[in-house]
Amino acid sequence: MDFNLSEEQRLLKESVDGLLTDVYDFEQRKTYLREKGGWSRLIWSRLAELGLLGLPFVEADGGFGGGGVETMIVMEAFGRALVVEPYLTTVVIGGGFLRRGGSDAQKTAHLPGIIDGSRTFGLAQLERNSRYDLNDVTTSARKTGDGWVIDGEKFVVLNGENADTLIVTVRTKGAQRDRDGIAVLLVPGDAKGIAKKSYPTQDGLRAADISFARVEVGSAAAIGDPDNALPLIERVVDDARSALCAEAVGLMDESLRTTVEYMKTRKQFGVPISSFQSLQHRAADMFVALEQARSMSMYATIAADMDNAAERAKAVAAAKVQIGRSAKFIGQQSIQLHGGIGMTMAAKIGHYFKRLTMIENTFGDADYHLRRVSETGALV
Amino acid sequence: MDLVFTEEEQAFREEVRQFLRDNVSPQMRHKMVEGRHVSKQEMVTWWRILNKKGWNVSSWPKEYGGTGWSSVQHYIFREELQMYPAPTPLAFGVGMVGPVIYTFGNEAQKKYYLPRIANVDDWWCQGFSEPGAGSDLASLTTKAQRRGGKWIINGQKTWTTYAQHANMIFCLCRTDPSAKKQMGISFIVFALDSKGVTVRPIQTIDGGYEINEVFFDDVKVPCENLIGEENKGWDYAKFLLGNERTGIARVGVSKERIRHIKELASSFESDGRPLIEDRTFREKLAISEIELKALELTQLRIVTAEGKHGKPNPVSSMLKMKGAQSQQAATELLMEMIGPFAAPYDEHSHEAMGWTAQIAPSYFNNRKVSIYGGSDEIQRNIIAKAVLGL
Repeated sequence: MDFNLSEEQRLLKESVDGLLTDVYDFEQRKTYLREKGGWSRLIWSRLAELGLLGLPFVEADGGFGGGGVETMIVMEAFGRALVVEPYLTTVVIGGGFLRRGGSDAQKTAHLPGIIDGSRTFGLAQLERNSRYDLNDVTTSARKTGDGWVIDGEKFVVLNGENADTLIVTVRTKGAQRDRDGIAVLLVPGDAKGIAKKSYPTQDGLRAADISFARVEVGSAAAIGDPDNALPLIERVVDDARSALCAEAVGLMDESLRTTVEYMKTRKQFGVPISSFQSLQHRAADMFVALEQARSMSMYATIAADMDNAAERAKAVAAAKVQIGRSAKFIGQQSIQLHGGIGMTMAAKIGHYFKRLTMIENTFGDADYHLRRVSETGALV
Repeated sequence: MDLVFTEEEQAFREEVRQFLRDNVSPQMRHKMVEGRHVSKQEMVTWWRILNKKGWNVSSWPKEYGGTGWSSVQHYIFREELQMYPAPTPLAFGVGMVGPVIYTFGNEAQKKYYLPRIANVDDWWCQGFSEPGAGSDLASLTTKAQRRGGKWIINGQKTWTTYAQHANMIFCLCRTDPSAKKQMGISFIVFALDSKGVTVRPIQTIDGGYEINEVFFDDVKVPCENLIGEENKGWDYAKFLLGNERTGIARVGVSKERIRHIKELASSFESDGRPLIEDRTFREKLAISEIELKALELTQLRIVTAEGKHGKPNPVSSMLKMKGAQSQQAATELLMEMIGPFAAPYDEHSHEAMGWTAQIAPSYFNNRKVSIYGGSDEIQRNIIAKAVLGL
């Protein structure tokens, strides 16, 4: 039992925090949001220089051999600074599919571009009626002589507009909710037959609804078993959930810090509002919610690297419940304790609240994961 | 970072478990599972078995009989006792007055009291709260005056747990009435069978008798029964309460209760099927488990960090609060589970009747855990001030 970071992990944390302190304050972030596609190529190249884009890949693939803890460190720092660059979709998810299920040829074709920052990814998974169920897939891939033909619609694909490569979950056989008959395909972002409707998201990211009309890809496009890729999808989505938990901890940490600072400076009735016990107690409860979430983020981080799928899924689900509950409380109370100023776009606290809220609605909310935990049995 | 117990830690857990299987009386264990009262004799017998093994004062420094275990081992030991379940060492002696004596007491006091605490030759109780001094403990008025080489003690303590079993009390007494509230308090220990001490039981809402009022009427106490320096008692009290908070989350107790809930809910029907299959019930149970898992990890984070710095962390206030919440949530779930069968009450034994055993009384009784040892509100004050700097 050891909660400490290794020396290398501490250095990693220092270098990420250091970079973000230099280049990612709230005003600088606004300029990145205004760039084409809604994020900064310059920042992306700085992340590549630091080695962060190659973090989870083994050294043989040109990476740094980091595990879940390294990703946790990075995501927590990104949360604290409200980073909008597509790390989750490119390194955690795109990279995750490739490193966990990709063939040597696929890794050779795609990982160098991820690691050097020249290519980004998007995950086209959500459908009109799938909500949070990863097995609910209607977008079809029909086998042809030398590949697949994809038809269907995907929604809220983060970084969908910019992604050089889309990872698309498709049904190769069976009914809408069957667990087997699901494949994962690598599809060029500009493939013929793709139509994108792009938009900003509530939390300052960019996403797209993407339709596929007889989009043709080669047989080498499938990652893993094209008839049984759901376990791979579940595994990578657990990586993503775990990364989101860490990002949320960073967001909550900074929300609480900012709120406590505000309470000490804002005066009403002639005194700082931090002198009021009802507000002190609220802040104390926020602290408790944060620390419970931090513990469960660590739990998810370690669990995401487990090979036992049932144990992994249960632990990650439990973490997502805790993070969801803590995030809602801390997010809402941060606004409440800021009062009117918390309602404005100009103050940064609201942006933390919005990002926390969107994380809750990504890859399963607290209710969804609570049901999963309650169905799988003992946790303690 | 590694969140699994090491092989050595697992082996240690197994060693503790085997010791419990070999040494805890099945009758006592059964009583504890059902939440029934365990007699003084049963507890003392058990603690002496623990002491013989060298484990009753495991957390003390080695020179006073402690084990030198790591913080994780201490955690495992306590958790195994709570889950088995078997009584954990008497808090008032081992966790409270013992550390005060070995930290602030003189050599004679250490030599006399510490072995007696270890072997439970003395049953200690805590003389802190008074009718007018609850959360505002420093406003206590029980007086100790020096007269003829003795302390003369007058006043009243209350909520004194197990005073009916105790022969010794450690007391916060006002020794300098002219000093500022916290400055004029001393830490004095004395025998409960001293002339002028009256113990009067208080019946709690569960029907039971754990707590008491204790009255002092010109009680004469030898001067050497002062622990540490005169008028420094408040510092010792803060030290004592800080020690108390780390162990107070009682994660193992809640784990055992959740196990008990699952067992009962599998055999108890609702809507024509086992209650455990009811979705609402299962989801409530899952919430309790998730909260408890988070608390367990948070506690381990804090105790492993404490191992390095050696002093209580104000974050441990969080453990007290969340621990209370978990314990209460589990007793509340048990209460919901038995539904109308919670009702029967035996006014003579003060226990519920029939198979539901102590479920309703335990629910009522557990409201205390967010009140004692510094209420939730006091813990929030501590977090706000000492952690957040508000």
